[in-house]
Amino acid sequence: MKPFRYERPQDATAAAALLEREPEATFLGGGTNLVDLMRLGVAQPSLLVDVTRVVDDRVEETADGGLRIGAGVRNSDLAAHPLVRERYPLLSSALLHGASGQLRNLATTGGNLLQRTRCVYFQDVTRPCNKREPGSGCPAREGEHHNLAILGWSEQCVATHPSDMAVALAALDAVVHTSRRSLPLVDLHRLPGDQPQHDTVLAHGELIEAVELPPLPFARRSRYVKVRERASFAFATVSVAAALDVEDEVVRDVRLALGGVAHKPWRATRAEEALRGSPASAEAFAAAADAELAEARPLRDNAYKLPLARNVVVRTLSELA
Amino acid sequence: MSIAARSIGASLNRIEGREKVIGEALYAYEHRQDDVAYAAIVQATVAKGRIRSLDGSAALAVPGVLAVLSHEDAPSLGDAEGELALFQSDRVAYRGQIVAAVVADSFESARYAERLVRIDYEEEPHDVELRADHPRLYKPDQVNPTYATDTEQGDVDAALAAAEVTVDTTYETPSFHNNPMEPHASLAVWDGDGGLTVYDSTQGSAPARETIARVLGLEPERVRVVAPHVGGGFGSKGDVRPQAILAALAAQAVGRPVKVAVTRQQMFDVTGYRTPIVQRVRLGAERDGRLTAIVHDVFEQTSTLEEFAEQTAVVTRMMYASRTRRTTHRLVALDVPTPSWMRAPGECPGMYALESALDELAVASGVDPIEVRIRNEPDLDPESGVPFSSRNLVACLRVGAERFGWADRDPTPGARRDGTWLSGTGVASSTYPARRRGSQASARREADGRFVVRVAAADIGTGARTVLTQVAADALEVEPERVTVEVGDSAFGQAPVAGGSAGTASWGTAVHRACRQLVESGDDEARVDTTEEVEGQESYSRHAFGAQFVEVRVNAETGEVRVPRVLGVFAAGTIVNPKTARSQFIGGMTMGLGMALLEEGILDPRFGDVVNHDLATYHVPVYADVEQIDAVWIDEEDDRLNPIGSKGIGEIGIVGTAAAVANAVHHATGVRFRRLPLRLDRVLTALNGVRHR
Amino acid sequence: MTESPGQAVLVELSLRVNGEERSLVVDTRTSLLDLLRERLGLTGAKKGCDHGQCGACTVLIDGRRANACLALAVAHTDADVVTVEGLAANGDLDPLQRAFVEHDAFQCGYCTPGQLCSATGMLDELADGWPSAVSEGDVELTAAEVRERMSGNICRCGAYANLVAAIVEAGP
Repeated sequence: MKPFRYERPQDATAAAALLEREPEATFLGGGTNLVDLMRLGVAQPSLLVDVTRVVDDRVEETADGGLRIGAGVRNSDLAAHPLVRERYPLLSSALLHGASGQLRNLATTGGNLLQRTRCVYFQDVTRPCNKREPGSGCPAREGEHHNLAILGWSEQCVATHPSDMAVALAALDAVVHTSRRSLPLVDLHRLPGDQPQHDTVLAHGELIEAVELPPLPFARRSRYVKVRERASFAFATVSVAAALDVEDEVVRDVRLALGGVAHKPWRATRAEEALRGSPASAEAFAAAADAELAEARPLRDNAYKLPLARNVVVRTLSELA
Repeated sequence: MSIAARSIGASLNRIEGREKVIGEALYAYEHRQDDVAYAAIVQATVAKGRIRSLDGSAALAVPGVLAVLSHEDAPSLGDAEGELALFQSDRVAYRGQIVAAVVADSFESARYAERLVRIDYEEEPHDVELRADHPRLYKPDQVNPTYATDTEQGDVDAALAAAEVTVDTTYETPSFHNNPMEPHASLAVWDGDGGLTVYDSTQGSAPARETIARVLGLEPERVRVVAPHVGGGFGSKGDVRPQAILAALAAQAVGRPVKVAVTRQQMFDVTGYRTPIVQRVRLGAERDGRLTAIVHDVFEQTSTLEEFAEQTAVVTRMMYASRTRRTTHRLVALDVPTPSWMRAPGECPGMYALESALDELAVASGVDPIEVRIRNEPDLDPESGVPFSSRNLVACLRVGAERFGWADRDPTPGARRDGTWLSGTGVASSTYPARRRGSQASARREADGRFVVRVAAADIGTGARTVLTQVAADALEVEPERVTVEVGDSAFGQAPVAGGSAGTASWGTAVHRACRQLVESGDDEARVDTTEEVEGQESYSRHAFGAQFVEVRVNAETGEVRVPRVLGVFAAGTIVNPKTARSQFIGGMTMGLGMALLEEGILDPRFGDVVNHDLATYHVPVYADVEQIDAVWIDEEDDRLNPIGSKGIGEIGIVGTAAAVANAVHHATGVRFRRLPLRLDRVLTALNGVRHR
Repeated sequence: MTESPGQAVLVELSLRVNGEERSLVVDTRTSLLDLLRERLGLTGAKKGCDHGQCGACTVLIDGRRANACLALAVAHTDADVVTVEGLAANGDLDPLQRAFVEHDAFQCGYCTPGQLCSATGMLDELADGWPSAVSEGDVELTAAEVRERMSGNICRCGAYANLVAAIVEAGP
């Protein structure tokens, strides 16, 4: 690791000011991704600005019955919070399917959103990677990519976003509040395009302060299903976050997002459109999944993600119906 | 001369258990040493070529950095060869090879400066891919440890041509990586007189001392290797690894003790691995499954530095009866690290192929898989004609079948579905040679009535320390509480490495003899060397056997394979400690689950090395992967082995597991996978080609 | 900005380890794991991967299990850290440690300290009613729950079956 300075400012304004003065500075949350990347030499900040005591670490009900989650809330606390378990069980489930118990105790909401791809080439500074060094190439495109993207990738980058929590938040129409603005979570993360070095739209020094969930009464009936290569402690090959509102065997409303398939959590808007008003049947669920995956372009070794995603969508919605 | 066994057969808790659970057991990196400095490894980033220039100046400019070691100024190691010829050449033989090291007074500075060493390479085209038709495949003079490369009995091709049922299949396995929890580490301390002590993560302090002395050009008496606790090895700590030499050279260069731990990522390149293998197995049989021809052809890799020939087909020479048989091994030297020992070298991958092929034969001939093995049980060792000292494979199969509920098994593949889950069961035989090597040991009577036994054995998690305590206690005719067994120090004399499942038999014989000599002579000290005794033993075919049963559930929609039940039934002679033995068996079987379902080194040929080089991308089994798992054994008395009557058990657990899993997956799905691991993407892709009700 | 490239940045740090106040000057890059092992002589916590992927470094930070390898020491000033050396008092073994020995819940012992600290933290989490990925309805100490909750602690020796038995027995 490169030597770095460490500051623990008193408030968010001071934190932002520290970053503004130093282009090589970065915020430190729980450190479970940042310290990992620093030790790999992928991240080399000159200054760590510890914001764990500066950002809100509470989960609170909002006036309209939603939730406001401070960026400093630890993943384990968020997963175990009674309001989350009761009103947004897919979020609790998504968190519990991620990482390990000890990692969840350190990781924060903000940090979880900002974690970086697990692509083996990104993680290894001795190999080219357009995300780390624009223009150096993407070895994953023709190399080891069996767990990388089928949607939204570009010739410059085929990485996926590894967060489980983010998939659930994407399904729930979460809004991210930063030190500068509020934006839908689905707009926080980017597709790689020709600027794969930018995972998010955040500017340098822009601090995530909270994530807000609008109320969604039918989310009480929701699930997160994660398919992984071993039975636990592994990243998703494909995951599905879903909430379903069915009345008289017809889909009144639905929320659906996919993980493990793209550079960002994939809100399945096409599938949702197809589902609203359709029968709550396996055939309709399959048709909706197909509609969403129609634009998927599998790589040489990850075509399996297509039937996998389709099957898991159908299975998850069927179990919720 | 049988002693009433009181400790042998008892389930003693591990002697060092308390130390381990309170965190006081010291592993190599943890021995206290004042003034220690830290070394960090610099690896080659090309797979083949020459170092054109190396500039350590930026690294040396980092405050706290004491030295940069490389071929430019390292001392000449005249007798060093292969992987241990550290810094002796500007040639690069594989990507990830150690080409330099940084020594600093803090770990953080060493690791940071490591990335500042500038190396310029003249890169050459590399060749890293094993293929069964590789043009440079050759026949090695022998395969490990000293077996004939090829064997042939009878007219195999005629028998195959005439067989009523034939199977001709090819199985592929990737590189597997031992990945013990303790990364390889060494702490080197030179005394003022040119003597060297190395605290090393080694499976054999005595052979390590010989090797380190030879490589460094020292008299063996000037070197001591100490390893009271080792955090697993599974073969990868059987040979001295380069970091031990690096620590010694670094300590010499900076005039301070130096310690180095290989990072988990580096372990994939510099600590050995099991070679990828292509195996073609052909079986010819009568209609009832009785074999008339067995052909097992093996294709493997080695490096350009050393020859390592895994004895993959050797197991086929003794497992089953057949009047004709042929086994062959071919190697190709690639621009890759040298493969090394990994749990049950030879038997493990070889039985995956043989036991899978036998299952295919069972299906093709309509004979039950257990029955087909029983029908091919040999009376004598099929290759040598020598009798088995004891062989109870059939009993293991039958006992296991009973316990596992095999009698009601419907052999129809793909016929059991519960929702999205397809279920099936599989069986495979298991075996491992029961070897013994000569060893030294000493026993001393203390004034207070206690006894101290010393042997340079290694306890890498096997329970060796405990088992040897039991052996000693019985030989001394005292309670085990009065005996202290000390291991893991080359000062205790010659002793073989913890490997080949030969530890208990080898060290145990020596410990037994030393203790008996103490008792019978009345002296206060006894020393023995059992080399002559072991070399003079009668000619028998000595092997442990077992049968492994697995139940799997395969998710038809996702390709996930889960294993709700694993059972191993073994026949391994005297079981010295039932508690630790059971742990060895299930530990091996757990590793076998990883081999079958999860583990593979993914090679990117463009770079030339394994790209999934950490524990997040190389998946070893976690708690959730292991559900019901058990090991039992049948009583077996064999007095043709050693004074204890024991056969080694550390490796047999892994041997039959992968085939049992793969056979179970076939039973569940109707799809025969001939490539490990049965990763979910491959399973799902194959299932999508098959209709299921 | 800095004196010379690679010059370590040193800061003062105070924290409580196994009940004892410790004050020292550390390199900002030093992990809590290396602080324990290299500076405080507490080699119980182990370095298995240094990247949060194996759990061998698990300790308790402010009562919660965490990977010490990813915790920067400087970020945990004033923390209350408990390592395997601090689990039992007065040289006795705590119930979990005793259960490990009885059930042979270890072989090489390298993952053991992490297993013990992780299990200690896990049992508290379960007692607090925290769900896991396999929980359905009420949270109970079952073998399936232990397997899921402990999956962040890898054991290459494959002692899982005995680990589960030991943890279930020692649990509340």
